[in-house]
Amino acid sequence: MATAKPRVKVPKSASAGEVITIKTLISHNMESGQRKDKEGNAIPRNIINKFECFFNGTPVFSCDIDPAISANPYFEFTAKVMEAGTFRFVWTDDDGKVYDTEKKIALD
Amino acid sequence: MNLIRKSMVVGGVIGFSLTMGLAAQADPDEDQLFIDGKEIVTEVTAAPDSPFETLYSGWRYRSDETQSLQADDFENPGFGAVDQAIEQFDVVEGAAGKSCASCHEGGAEEFAGLRAKLPRWNASTGKPETLEHIINECRTERMQAEPWKWESKDMLGMTALIGLQSRGMPVEVQTDGEMTPWFQKGKDLYYTRVGQLDMSCANCHEDNNGNMIRADHLSQGQINGFPVYRLKWSGLGSIHRRFKGCMDNIRAKPYKRGSDEFVALELYVASRGQGLSVETPAVRN
Amino acid sequence: MKLTRRQALSFSTGAIAFTIAGMRIGPAFANAEDTSAAVQAFSGGAEPQSGMMTLKAPEIAENGNTVPVSVTVESPMTADDYVESVAIYAEGNPNPEVVVFNFTPMSGEASATTRMRLAKTQNVVAVAKTSTGKVYIDKREVKVTIGGCGG
Repeated sequence: MATAKPRVKVPKSASAGEVITIKTLISHNMESGQRKDKEGNAIPRNIINKFECFFNGTPVFSCDIDPAISANPYFEFTAKVMEAGTFRFVWTDDDGKVYDTEKKIALD
Repeated sequence: MNLIRKSMVVGGVIGFSLTMGLAAQADPDEDQLFIDGKEIVTEVTAAPDSPFETLYSGWRYRSDETQSLQADDFENPGFGAVDQAIEQFDVVEGAAGKSCASCHEGGAEEFAGLRAKLPRWNASTGKPETLEHIINECRTERMQAEPWKWESKDMLGMTALIGLQSRGMPVEVQTDGEMTPWFQKGKDLYYTRVGQLDMSCANCHEDNNGNMIRADHLSQGQINGFPVYRLKWSGLGSIHRRFKGCMDNIRAKPYKRGSDEFVALELYVASRGQGLSVETPAVRN
Repeated sequence: MKLTRRQALSFSTGAIAFTIAGMRIGPAFANAEDTSAAVQAFSGGAEPQSGMMTLKAPEIAENGNTVPVSVTVESPMTADDYVESVAIYAEGNPNPEVVVFNFTPMSGEASATTRMRLAKTQNVVAVAKTSTGKVYIDKREVKVTIGGCGG
């Protein structure tokens, strides 16, 4: 799905040791594999199957995703910020495509 | 025989629950909608010629979970399409070598106020025009590009982006002058019973708004939030898609998207929401 | 209340057709046994305790396509003692697996929110696994409604 488009919301800054909330959403149909087309043929599954968040290269949070996650998958989670740096977000599609984006955060 | 007996039992149970549902009055809730600290008016006193005393946005009939999806632009899944439309605004297409931004240098913000006044009169075609008409006229006339299909992703994203610029502004459509016959046609359609269930728009949205139709809380059928992200659709949909869905539900043969009938109906239904805030892109169930 | 008796009957008839069609062609759904097998596999057989994890989901979902769900586990989230993962299962879906959240001490809290699909009214189960080998469980029933005219 060429149109998958990530959105992420990360505070611009945080104090050292603060736990911040991160929200992410990617536009994707999340075709479950359970549906049939008009001719009665099964529509093949095509979902985002993995989401990962890293901070300065270290894993913070990830999800293993099944077709029961809604279209335009939304994930909200937390991260403990000890230093300034860059969050990296990666979504992996069944079709092998990888979508990613980055957000910087400063220390107060 | 077994099948028939089972049907009767099921029918009895559902008939009972429908009655119960309708008996239990469930008016719109008291919640207020703020987006980024800005109030969205979801309740206004109706004009004297309105069938309602108070107009309520469909947002007021939804569950807290659905309501909260619209209260935060990040959580609103309709904004993925808005982001894509922001990019599309700068894409050059067609023989004239233009993008939207070639003419509209101020970006989509130039369209603040437009959504609130649609449909509006178009003197050159001699008909009212909707946002979809306006966008496709730009594409075919100015850009010399292919028009977008009414319910295409591109069209829904662009109508959402342009509509968003009027969010919070009161709906204010013209219903007099050249619009009079179209308004009257829309009103006639609204009150005409059609389909195997022999129902009009008014049977649900005027006579029974606030009541439950099975598990669904019937609203006044306002269209101030379109295109809306509907959970059932898992995506944005146009006003005319909603009209078509209602007609399918009452087992009627729907008019086509963009038809004169649906344009007239859009005008009339918009006029029933005069004063409510534009909510585009709203979130509904 | 101005629906006529005839209209009310029409609604019922439509609903019956819908219900019968649903029974005839309904796909095979997961059930409580499938889910408990999945929970066993995830937890490695440890006995799950309740109380330390909260699973939040609406009592009634307006549409099964998009049901918000949150989990929060009480945990110090230190390198020595943190929640490694939380799996969510839906007993009445075609497959019980929904999502597995994987945390690290850098998560700060063992808390996450997503939106899921529920095919019908059913139990949603969350299971958490900690780095110290503890397993927690929580469960909620979510009623999934069908809109007017079965639409």
